[in-house]
Amino acid sequence: MTYIAKPKFHHPGLRKNELGYTHRDYEGKISTLCAGCGHDSITASIIEACYELSIEPHRVAKISGIGCSSKTPDYFLGNSHGFNSVHGRMPSVLTGANLANRDLIYLGVSGDGDSASIGFGQFAHSIRRGVNMTYIVENNGVYGLTKGQFSATADRGSKSKKGVTNTDNAIDLVAIALQLGATFVARSFSGDKTQLVPLIAAAIRHKGASFIDVISPCIAFNNHAGSTKSFDYVREHNDAVNRLDVLVGREPISVDYAPGTVQVVEQHDGTRLALRKLDADYDPHDRLGAQTFLQKHAAKGQIVTGLLYVDPEAEDLHTHLDTVETPLNALDEKALCPGSAVLDKINASLR
Amino acid sequence: MSVQSPISSVNDFVVRFANVNGSGSASANELFARSILRHGVPVSPRNIFPSNIQGLPTWYEVRVTEDGHLGARGGVDMMVAMNPQTWDKDVASIEPGGYLFYDSTKPMPSSKFRDDITVIGVPLTAITNSTYSDPRQRQLFKNIIYLGALCALLDMDPKLVEQLIGEQYKGKEKLLSSNVHALHLGRDWALQNLKCPLGLRVRKADKVGDRIFIEGNSAAALGAVYGGATVCAWYPITPSSSVAEAFTSHCKKYRHDAETGKAKYAIVQGEDELASIGIVIGASWNGARAFTATSGPGISLMTEFIGLSYFAEIPAVIMNIQRAGPSTGMPTRTQQCDVIACAYASHGDTKHVLLFPEDPAEAFEFAAHAFDLAERLQTTIFLMLDLDIGMNHRLCRPLKWDDARQYDRGKVMTAEMLEEGRDFGRYLDVDGDGIPFRTYPGTHPTKGSYFTRGTSRDRYARYSEEGAVYADNMQRLVRKFETAQDMVPRPLQANAAKPTKYGVIYFGSTSPAMDEAIGILEARGHQLDRLRIRAFPFHSSVASFIADHDFVYVVEQNRDAQLRQLIVNENGIDPVRLVPILHYDGTPITARFIANSIGDHQDHLKVTPLRKAVS
Repeated sequence: MTYIAKPKFHHPGLRKNELGYTHRDYEGKISTLCAGCGHDSITASIIEACYELSIEPHRVAKISGIGCSSKTPDYFLGNSHGFNSVHGRMPSVLTGANLANRDLIYLGVSGDGDSASIGFGQFAHSIRRGVNMTYIVENNGVYGLTKGQFSATADRGSKSKKGVTNTDNAIDLVAIALQLGATFVARSFSGDKTQLVPLIAAAIRHKGASFIDVISPCIAFNNHAGSTKSFDYVREHNDAVNRLDVLVGREPISVDYAPGTVQVVEQHDGTRLALRKLDADYDPHDRLGAQTFLQKHAAKGQIVTGLLYVDPEAEDLHTHLDTVETPLNALDEKALCPGSAVLDKINASLR
Repeated sequence: MSVQSPISSVNDFVVRFANVNGSGSASANELFARSILRHGVPVSPRNIFPSNIQGLPTWYEVRVTEDGHLGARGGVDMMVAMNPQTWDKDVASIEPGGYLFYDSTKPMPSSKFRDDITVIGVPLTAITNSTYSDPRQRQLFKNIIYLGALCALLDMDPKLVEQLIGEQYKGKEKLLSSNVHALHLGRDWALQNLKCPLGLRVRKADKVGDRIFIEGNSAAALGAVYGGATVCAWYPITPSSSVAEAFTSHCKKYRHDAETGKAKYAIVQGEDELASIGIVIGASWNGARAFTATSGPGISLMTEFIGLSYFAEIPAVIMNIQRAGPSTGMPTRTQQCDVIACAYASHGDTKHVLLFPEDPAEAFEFAAHAFDLAERLQTTIFLMLDLDIGMNHRLCRPLKWDDARQYDRGKVMTAEMLEEGRDFGRYLDVDGDGIPFRTYPGTHPTKGSYFTRGTSRDRYARYSEEGAVYADNMQRLVRKFETAQDMVPRPLQANAAKPTKYGVIYFGSTSPAMDEAIGILEARGHQLDRLRIRAFPFHSSVASFIADHDFVYVVEQNRDAQLRQLIVNENGIDPVRLVPILHYDGTPITARFIANSIGDHQDHLKVTPLRKAVS
């Protein structure tokens, strides 16, 4: 329903962030997704997280593939450049964009078909390379735009709306991301904004490959009994291991929590992540432990959510390539062209 | 010896080395070619190699040509047969009166030879084994020993070879002296035991001038460095891998910040060609100059993205080092077989700019130019090399760069322009050339952002499925392609000495063979005007050249006359007027082939008066 223009006026008393922007400055066009779609809640969470972090809206590049989830970058950060690219190929486009200008924030939005089926390879390799990005998969286990086929994250044994049982094993993107060396890995639920917003904020501030798998029920094709990605099913089986508060700057950590239940993680840029432990045994610095924990709980039919792994000392692709601090797209002839004198020497060496 | 008299030729012959892949022969053979260059005599070497790393046959052919004919000639005057596996075929391929050079350590039955050639046996293994004990040394120095023997047999100046070895092993005295020693071992043995020199001889000349000797892939990569490419994403595929490898080594030398030592480039080996072109498109969208290098199968994989680049108008440079297809085809053999695949790559109505360099010097120029064109036209530019240009050393004019040259970054709207209140429509044609303005991401807090998509949208980048809006955009893309016609390198025409009704069109690596063929044809009484096409879309001079001649031959290295198809299709030419001359067996086209094919056709055109014919 993009033909409906969103009114530009807003309440004069609307709260402003540090940069003087209101929520409205982080919004985009009106969503064309189905009413009640989980993806719209994720869009709202992205807006909220960017507002809270006081990000300059135009310093974000939003990149997506193809599918319902990949349409959403049009619905948030209307003053940012967006790129709705090729099905399953968001990771490579984002990688290239990131190489060209290391100074922007890269938000990759994808779906389960886009990242676990057609784009599984690109998903894996962008994580492997440690591209500095926030990679969000809006995971509903189904192809929405083509009306309800299973995707590769659909659980074995789950039923489609038409009553077909899925016999293929599911890909758990979180488990794969951990194995491939993502330095920030989280899972959340589109229906749990209080958990999701700080996770997105923390991922954006993380310097490295951040991956968030957000279970996001498809109201049209995957919200029925027998589905393992429905609102009801996820609410019943959600096992949150922690709750997160993101602290930017030097404000003191809230002391509301019982002693011993808060773990503070300081990231490269000074952001502090205050983790309220819900599961006393869970350690988000233990990659191997996280993998085991996930598998054990998956076997019990539980969906583990929260910040599952973080490496505060993460490196990114630019570190590995040792590129200059100036964005590559800002280098001119003087910086890039070796000139005719060098060419004469090259010629001389080729005779 | 037979009645066939041995071939006698100075500075005009073909030597072919038959080796086993991975035996270290490549550097010795290249040393041979370079040594002849140092005599002031042009050479044109070619690698003929299998899709394999070790053990299979490989050949290196050196055409010695004082006249400067750099195309493949065909035929072998001297075979250096170092591979027992291909012996029979190698011996059979020698021209009557030619020479066979072989390792005579192990006696061979006389049935293994021919009586119409001169056989030169040098006990290479025996000499090597009596001098060296280390197996690796034996292998490597055997190559230098045969080079030494050839030096005596072909009357080459050993000092020039020594000089080259000296340059190659500068600072590595031990390697230097042992190589020179091996060279003299071979040379001395030949001088003492054989009748030197042979009928084939190298004589000092002054025909090389200031030309340089470089592989097309390396030159194209250097063009990318000079053209300001900062992002390279690639996936290994023969014969293009050496483009990215050369770009890497050039960047290591010329693209590190003097103070910090940090890299002013980013090179990523993608997981496949889809990722490679995706990275290129992402980087170009974000304002960096980016390219990938690939070959036919890679182009096939990239086509979805190429359509996006065309429709969403994102610059990209793709270097396609063509090899024989379809499918895996003959991955180590040359062809010009991706003309149609690249011109119309992707689904829907698409057209792309193609550049056809003839040699490494043009590969360098066109590569640098491709980045200007990509950013000016905001679309994919294909640099169409092939294995023959890309993976062989070719003598060409020195590379040139004008230090006053500035990169053409195309129509980019800046924050200042947006501040001034300029109307920004991402797909708005403001001045009739079909090219809209773009903005880089992150330019301005409130102005100039837009949503890039492969779906249709209006002039202000707003999603639209209105037929008229879609058609308006598609028409603008046609206008943009017409604009491209005057920006790409123009065809070069060379007319025959006398006015003629016949013309010939050719492109790319066919160039040296074509130039040589013209001489042969002239000697046979056939006059032809020539037009070398250097880019698609075709300049208007292509249509007028065809209009000016009764028949035009179109010479190309593929089965389906792809360039001819493109000319017929794009210019509405009557196909009868374009006679295809097609070479597609995977070997480089030769002057002999062109001259014979065109000559035969021309002979048929000659009308013999009836009265004469019956008398």
